Amino acid sequence: MKALVAVKRVVDYNATILVKADGSGIDTNNLKFSINPFDEVAVEEAVRLKEAGMVSEIVVVSIGPAQAQDTLRNALAMGGDRAILVTVDGDVEPLAVAKLLRAVVESEKPDLVILGKQAIDGDCNQTGQMLAALLGWPQGTFASALAFKDGELNVIREIDSGNETVSLQLPAVITADLRLNTPRYVSLPNIMKAKKKPLATTTPATLGVDVAARQRVLKVEPPAKRKAGIKVGSVAELVAKLKNEAKVI
Amino acid sequence: MAHVLVIAEHDGAGLQAASLCTISASFQLAKAQGGEVHVLVAGGSARQAAEAAAKIDGVAKVLLAEGDSYAHGLAEPLAALVAEIGGGYGAILSPATSFGKNLSPRIAALLDVGQLSDIIGIVSADTFIRPIYAGNAVATVQSSDCVKMVTVRATAFEPAKADGGHAVIEAVSAAVPDARSRFIDQQLSKSLRPELTAARVVVAGGRGIGSAENFKTLIEALADKLGAAVGATRAAVDAGFTANELQIGQTGKIIAPELYIAAGVSGAIQHVAGIKDSKVIVAINKDEEALIFQVADYGLVADINQALPELCAELSK
Ligand SMILES: Cc1cc2nc3c(=O)[nH]c(=O)nc-3n(C[C@H](O)[C@H](O)[C@H](O)COP(=O)(O)OP(=O)(O)OC[C@H]3O[C@@H](n4cnc5c(N)ncnc54)[C@H](O)[C@@H]3O)c2cc1C
Repeated sequence: MKALVAVKRVVDYNATILVKADGSGIDTNNLKFSINPFDEVAVEEAVRLKEAGMVSEIVVVSIGPAQAQDTLRNALAMGGDRAILVTVDGDVEPLAVAKLLRAVVESEKPDLVILGKQAIDGDCNQTGQMLAALLGWPQGTFASALAFKDGELNVIREIDSGNETVSLQLPAVITADLRLNTPRYVSLPNIMKAKKKPLATTTPATLGVDVAARQRVLKVEPPAKRKAGIKVGSVAELVAKLKNEAKVI
Repeated sequence: MAHVLVIAEHDGAGLQAASLCTISASFQLAKAQGGEVHVLVAGGSARQAAEAAAKIDGVAKVLLAEGDSYAHGLAEPLAALVAEIGGGYGAILSPATSFGKNLSPRIAALLDVGQLSDIIGIVSADTFIRPIYAGNAVATVQSSDCVKMVTVRATAFEPAKADGGHAVIEAVSAAVPDARSRFIDQQLSKSLRPELTAARVVVAGGRGIGSAENFKTLIEALADKLGAAVGATRAAVDAGFTANELQIGQTGKIIAPELYIAAGVSGAIQHVAGIKDSKVIVAINKDEEALIFQVADYGLVADINQALPELCAELSK
């Protein structure tokens, strides 16, 4: 079975996000970029499936600027076999990403595509579902466990009221939640090995996909600030404040 | 002029609270687009929920789709249904719940339109406000797609009034695609406490609570004293202190209660993303430098093992 994993290069989850003064976007100068944490979980899951003998080859794909090669090398160091970068500068909307991934899927013919459930920059939570729709494949979103059973894939999904299990026929699209696994640390020897693994690049034009924006960001602002609070000295004082000042209990 | 379609999440008998908030967002949008609000209620047997939707003042029409394939809210048959009946709408709104997040992008792709996720405001017929970067920034986005595909953050809109209306109920159906996904089962939390996203008071525990046992004796005990819902951080869920559906934050639930009490919670941005709109935030943490104090209205630097029992006792006075 062949697995394809999509990974995105995003501002690191620990970075302090500042909005540009002119309201045009986020100031990404000097910020650290990393693999999207949900995508890291997706890669880890594919690697575990390979280690368990379920998957024979892992192809990692990214859509982004030339620097996304680092993100792909990271995924290769975790255990991916080869990488494909679709080079695009600037923001690409999830629908366009899904169309690019469909084009890659049509040539690579994987049995399973795993993506992170959302990217921590745009917080859209769309691409996996869109890709599944475009391919006409079933989807197992927000997955916290996978199990193969009688040729089908059982997916435990985190839903608002608990957990849900669905069974999917392959090929299928999975989106990973953080509790699917804990990604491994990449070792230095594996980072060295990853440098020698194949990394192909292509473009939207070559794939025949129109990535023109459908949405225009008119402005980006910092969120409303909460006004500074106070420290109370004791539990009794806290209760008095909640009763008499805030009037919430 | 274009009508707005809301995809309702329901439990067979009535609509979920988040659906009511989505319907109230749809009223704003329908006004801006100059059309009516229609509500789709799909399910195995969904007539009762459709009747509840028809009673909402302002809803012009309820579309009722019944069939086994819709029984468990699977995205594949539902998306095929909405793609078939929804193309003529000016906008299609779903609640930004696990149901809507799973379904809406699948419909968008079938209609070849983009989606605006988790909106917190409507500026005009084509322009919406939504948080990005775990709520560290807020974007105003204009869509040029013919159908505006939107998921709605429930805490940003008041629930629509569930009575006063008399909408017509119209049966709809569509070809069901080959079933390549199957519902197996659900493991639902059974709690007598209020639902986390709708509660007036929420008590949440973090890694600082230390154990599942402490989570019960400290967090749940305080919640019961206050008639509150229980919440948790990702670290507390990952450590097995409590269930995943209680996670609050960027990847969990978004809440906006009148009172939110965080105990043993450091205040990571991914957690704060889910609580920022609470009216009053209380933090109890033994580390006076903890980030949570930066967003707290009332902070108490204390060990929770003493402070929480003391708080319960004080509330009993
Ligand atoms: C992509 C991504 C998404 C995420 N999404 C979420 C999310 O949705 N929700 C979420 O919550 N997290 C999320 N996280 C995790 C987040 O970054 C933090 O790791 C997490 O919120 C920390 O949880 P915590 O505050 O319980 O634990 P910690 O950060 O370990 O804090 C524990 C706190 O308890 C205090 N403490 C310890 N003992 C005591 C005591 N006896 N008395 C008083 N105080 C005590 C400590 O001082 C400390 O401040 C996400 C992370 C990533 C990377």
